[in-house]
Amino acid sequence: MVTIDTEHPPSNARQVGALKPDLLITGEHHLCPGCGEPLALRCLLDTITELELTAQTIGVMGIGCYTAFSMTLDVDLVQALHGRAPSVATGVKRMRPDATVFTLQGDGDMVNEGLQEVLHTAARGEAVTCVLLNNGVFGETGGHMTATTVLGQRTKNTLEGRDAAYHGYPILIGDLLARLEGATYVARGSVHNAGAVARTKKMVRRALECQERREGFSFVEILTMCPTGWFIPTGEGPGYLHDTLGEVHVMGELKVDGRIRTTEELHAENVARQRDVEARLAAGGLDD
Amino acid sequence: MTTTVAGPTRRLMEGSEAIALASIAAGCRFFAGYPMTPFTEVLEHFARCLPEVGGTCINAESELEAVGMTWGALATGARAATGSTGQGLSLMQESFAEISLAELPLVIFNLARNQGDYFQATRGGGHGDYRHVVLAPLDITETVELTQLAFHLADQWRNPVLVYGDYLTAHVQESVTIEPINFGSVPAKDWAVDGSRTGTGDARLLSPLGIAKVGTEPVGIEAHLRRMTAKQAEIQRRETRVETGFVDDAETVVVAFGSPARFVRAAVRELRATGERIGYVRPITLWPFPSDAVAAAADGVRTVATFELCAGQMIDDVRLAVLGRAPVVGIGGISTDGSGFGVGQLLDVERVRERILAVHRGGPDAELPALPDNERALW
Repeated sequence: MVTIDTEHPPSNARQVGALKPDLLITGEHHLCPGCGEPLALRCLLDTITELELTAQTIGVMGIGCYTAFSMTLDVDLVQALHGRAPSVATGVKRMRPDATVFTLQGDGDMVNEGLQEVLHTAARGEAVTCVLLNNGVFGETGGHMTATTVLGQRTKNTLEGRDAAYHGYPILIGDLLARLEGATYVARGSVHNAGAVARTKKMVRRALECQERREGFSFVEILTMCPTGWFIPTGEGPGYLHDTLGEVHVMGELKVDGRIRTTEELHAENVARQRDVEARLAAGGLDD
Repeated sequence: MTTTVAGPTRRLMEGSEAIALASIAAGCRFFAGYPMTPFTEVLEHFARCLPEVGGTCINAESELEAVGMTWGALATGARAATGSTGQGLSLMQESFAEISLAELPLVIFNLARNQGDYFQATRGGGHGDYRHVVLAPLDITETVELTQLAFHLADQWRNPVLVYGDYLTAHVQESVTIEPINFGSVPAKDWAVDGSRTGTGDARLLSPLGIAKVGTEPVGIEAHLRRMTAKQAEIQRRETRVETGFVDDAETVVVAFGSPARFVRAAVRELRATGERIGYVRPITLWPFPSDAVAAAADGVRTVATFELCAGQMIDDVRLAVLGRAPVVGIGGISTDGSGFGVGQLLDVERVRERILAVHRGGPDAELPALPDNERALW
């Protein structure tokens, strides 16, 4: 059992930025300890600020744990029904073409309830950015199987693990979207460690830049920890994410400038990245 | 192709086109829909006409997308509408319920296959306590007026308004003039989102959930739902619309709405001309239902008859209004063409007159002529 002291920062921690993104009214939230969603949200909010899109951004919220942020985001927001945010974002964007429009949805919202919505919006090439927070479970209801739950993953209604013969296979939504002509930029990031967060933030930046250039639909999937919904100790969340979801929903840029990249390419890139990091660590550490 | 959007026009046009042009005259700049008979031509006319005025019409991938897109357009403060037949509107009900709670001024067109969508329209087919204002035009001239009124009332009350037409509304051609109608001012849409408040500490949240940004006065879902209920009561007090004819000395009163009411009115006028003491009540708003007018008309009559092109749904509201003052009987029924999309043999002034006369002479227990069958089945 890993015990986390939430009162004090770890002894080797150093503050590298503001504790609260500019676009949050308050840093307080009621999500569980170890939840990855605040980290993912921060990638989005900080990027909006850095790209100076603040005075033109409209968000469309799905329904999930992250919906609670609708009260604390200093962002013009429209609350959509479960699954329906991409269509609402379409209506917003068509009437406000100069606005930067994003959706924030979970895997239950986007891939279960509203799969057709995101597929059609991508196929139409709507100049909006859909952000998926993918933890492979319905966190808000207490850890039930979603369409992205990986084989073998235990949830409240797959107690012995997801069995393909009984429960079917997970949907790799990023891979699906990348193959649609209207989708211009598709990427899958994660927030299980600092490197992944930094990489994910770059993906969010590229997606929003793609929208600003009106090149078509852009999509960033962010794998997030849900130790509560995974029924594991809080501190084991990042490792579990890397070893289970991350093995199937492979991180990387799935489509850049219209070019689709295969899972094998992403794997190879990830291995190369890891080796590079290890080599630099062995040579004295990472500076950036 | 006839271009018709600019300037007042008087010409022969089908109701579907009149709906699109009247919507545009009312300032509608967004429409999304999915084809379905007899609604399809409404979508076609919007698709043709909206781009001419800088608007957008999206041929949505399903009714779910159509209502979602319209939701987004409304959130920006635009006048926007969607529609379908009752079948397609069934798919949109979840959104209708939440759009009502989000207080967005949605306009919905139901070009229905019969009058059996009355419950769907007036009770709300979705979850919760919401009600939509429901306008039921008699003919194309009134369709032009009520279409524009729908956008006005939606903005006035921040509540969805549904226009309930049918196959005849969609396809009958009449000579009409399309001009903007001034119904007075509506509240400014200071609630709409355009992104400009993001990062200012004053960002907006358009939510059906009764929640608000931290730092603003929290409403709470219970208080929010109670406020919606109070608003509905106010709409009931203020927006009831009805037409009555010959009810003062009537022994029999017939209640009917929409296109069939036109046949009923014609039959009643003919019967009056022959000295029969028969009157009619035509609800123009199905919700709020004109209960007071129906109750007043029912006072002292022998029979209240309802004529509906369905098994009988409005008859429930008529009974609630009449409250036992007189017996209430249904003299309409199911009558469709072979396809099931259009109107059947019952919608004929001669047949309507026969049925009215049967209850007028024989009272509530009178035997009605048998319902006429289709001349042919489609298959």
